[in-house]
Amino acid sequence: MAVLHSAPKYASNEGVADAIKTALGDAVASTHEEHGEILLTVVREKLADAMRSLRDDHEYQQLMEIAGVDYPGRAERFEVCYCLLSVTKNHRLIVKVSTDEATPVPSVTSIWPNAGWLEREVFDLYGVLFAGNDDLRRILTDYGFEGHPFRKDFPLTGHVELRYSEQEKRVVYEPVELTQDFRSFDFMSPWEGADYVLPGDEKAAEHPAPPPVDKPQTTDKPSDTGAGAKTDAKAAEKASAGAPAEKDGGKEPAEPEATEDRPDRPARKGEVQDTPASTEVKKEEGE
Amino acid sequence: MTMQLEQSPTTGDEVITNYTINFGPQHPAAHGVLRMVMELDGEIIERVDPHVGLLHRGTEKLIEYKTYLQALPYFDRLDYCSPLAQEYSYVLAIEKMLNVEVPERAQYLRVLFAELTRICNHMLNLGSHVMDVGAMTPNLWMFELREDCLNFFERASGARMHSAWFRPGGVHQDVPLKLLTDIGDWVDGRLPELFGDAMSLVTGNRIFKQRNVDIAHVSKEDALAWGFSGPMIRAAGIAWDLRKSQPYDVYDRMDFEIPVGTNSDCFDRFMVRVQEVYQSAKIIKQCIAEMPEGPIASTDRKVSPPKRGEMKSSMEALIHHFKLYTEGFHVPAGEVYVATESPKGEFGVYLVSDGSNKPYRCKIRPTAFSHLQAMDMMCKGHMLPDATAILGAIDVVFGECDR
Repeated sequence: MAVLHSAPKYASNEGVADAIKTALGDAVASTHEEHGEILLTVVREKLADAMRSLRDDHEYQQLMEIAGVDYPGRAERFEVCYCLLSVTKNHRLIVKVSTDEATPVPSVTSIWPNAGWLEREVFDLYGVLFAGNDDLRRILTDYGFEGHPFRKDFPLTGHVELRYSEQEKRVVYEPVELTQDFRSFDFMSPWEGADYVLPGDEKAAEHPAPPPVDKPQTTDKPSDTGAGAKTDAKAAEKASAGAPAEKDGGKEPAEPEATEDRPDRPARKGEVQDTPASTEVKKEEGE
Repeated sequence: MTMQLEQSPTTGDEVITNYTINFGPQHPAAHGVLRMVMELDGEIIERVDPHVGLLHRGTEKLIEYKTYLQALPYFDRLDYCSPLAQEYSYVLAIEKMLNVEVPERAQYLRVLFAELTRICNHMLNLGSHVMDVGAMTPNLWMFELREDCLNFFERASGARMHSAWFRPGGVHQDVPLKLLTDIGDWVDGRLPELFGDAMSLVTGNRIFKQRNVDIAHVSKEDALAWGFSGPMIRAAGIAWDLRKSQPYDVYDRMDFEIPVGTNSDCFDRFMVRVQEVYQSAKIIKQCIAEMPEGPIASTDRKVSPPKRGEMKSSMEALIHHFKLYTEGFHVPAGEVYVATESPKGEFGVYLVSDGSNKPYRCKIRPTAFSHLQAMDMMCKGHMLPDATAILGAIDVVFGECDR
């Protein structure tokens, strides 16, 4: 596909992925290229060695970013993405490992000192553990915060809110109370294969439809109701016999008078408000 | 502040052991809400533990709940001193995933305003850096220039600070010719005049040099290892500028130089920024001279909205407009990391799309995070008042650092 966009251009990806794959051997789980970027998935246990090799042998001197991503559907739900930059080769690389809530990822703080805070951030926001980072404190959230807010199952509104309490003369934390329900807009177009669950559909799964019968029973006539001869006779009488509407024989009411033929409303007395003359400022007499 | 006084066992004098102070969270030289727990030996800094996150607003989480276009204004509010530079990375990331072509005029306009943003940012930073170490006047003069920049932003986008003017596929509105000529006049006249005046008070000043030269020396190796970028890495003598090495939009047509430092101290960081202002002015002049006429946003109606006039006569244009501002555009699944040279350094956006109209994940790479982390390394062994100079030379803004 021809490159039309004008995003930053760096050195070609030609052969880079293969070279790294051969050099790192079985530490690389997979490589693929998309949107002109090389994504390298690394076996978690071998991350530290792979990173050291990338820095020392492949000239990726700088660790620019560590990003956590949460995919709740996966067995190992978290992906930790390391964005590397080579200032000598002018090239970028994204290295990824996956993990779950309990399994720690080897820390790269001994390779890049700035990984310390970046790992703390991923720990804070996603709860990913890093083995070897001896300063794994929370960093962005409040002191005493509970939970890992960037997980997909953490609500956007959070669990607690704080305000200054005039009575207690300090900031108090309270469970969050929404004055309006949280609005989540569904933008999926029904023509593009949205899998909608309409309210009530879930009952269909709980109570499966009864098995079909040989002769379906219907109630077409009053005699089919099974209420007895007396009731059937009563039901045969016309309910509307003698009703006012029946007396006219269902005649349509006459058409209303056409609007144009009605007389005009008489003109209003007094000064009209919406003419140009009425809005002009009158000169005060004697000025 | 905890101070511990002990009796010396031999002489009976009082000896002061190390003590810990809080620098911030509200400190005029902290450039925002930064709390630094400092361990001091007398006035010598032994250890610094910066506590960030006091301005954390969960921007990245909020972005996951917005369409791509709705998420754009959040970027203005990250580094509120250089709003357009933040939008730049984001729109380029989206354009890279969509592979959409941006018209030439839009590219020039974006480069022009990105450089104007750089000047605007440096006016604030240089001024406050000078003020942090004691001088008052240059800051006031440079705020005049910053005000001019903000007026230009207002004339282009309608907003002084939070412009939301860069859009996926181009820019939001075209600029009038008078604005371009006014910017040209300003770059030729008022900017070098006023900025030169302000700098003449500072760059050769003995007090300013005493406070900055040889403060927080960082070697090339350290600068690379700690993930420095922007003026911080250039002051260390590494001529690394994403506008040159990884050019985006029309930067590859621009003729400008990368100022580098020789000593890698606070003074060099300051001087690199001073020179960058002149280089930005050079780029702005080229942009104005070379800018072609033409459309200012992509003609792909699935990405950028049609003109209002078009909507009055074309049903299809009306539908496009409606769809873009309700559902938004869908971005093909995948992930990209796009970084641009913001005034403070490498500002990156790691964008993950699942093919829907909202970003699945949008990780923002702030410049200040890595720089501030090196605070401990840079401050160690310096005096307490040097911390403000070091902080001023980092150019930190907490809207961006804490996100």
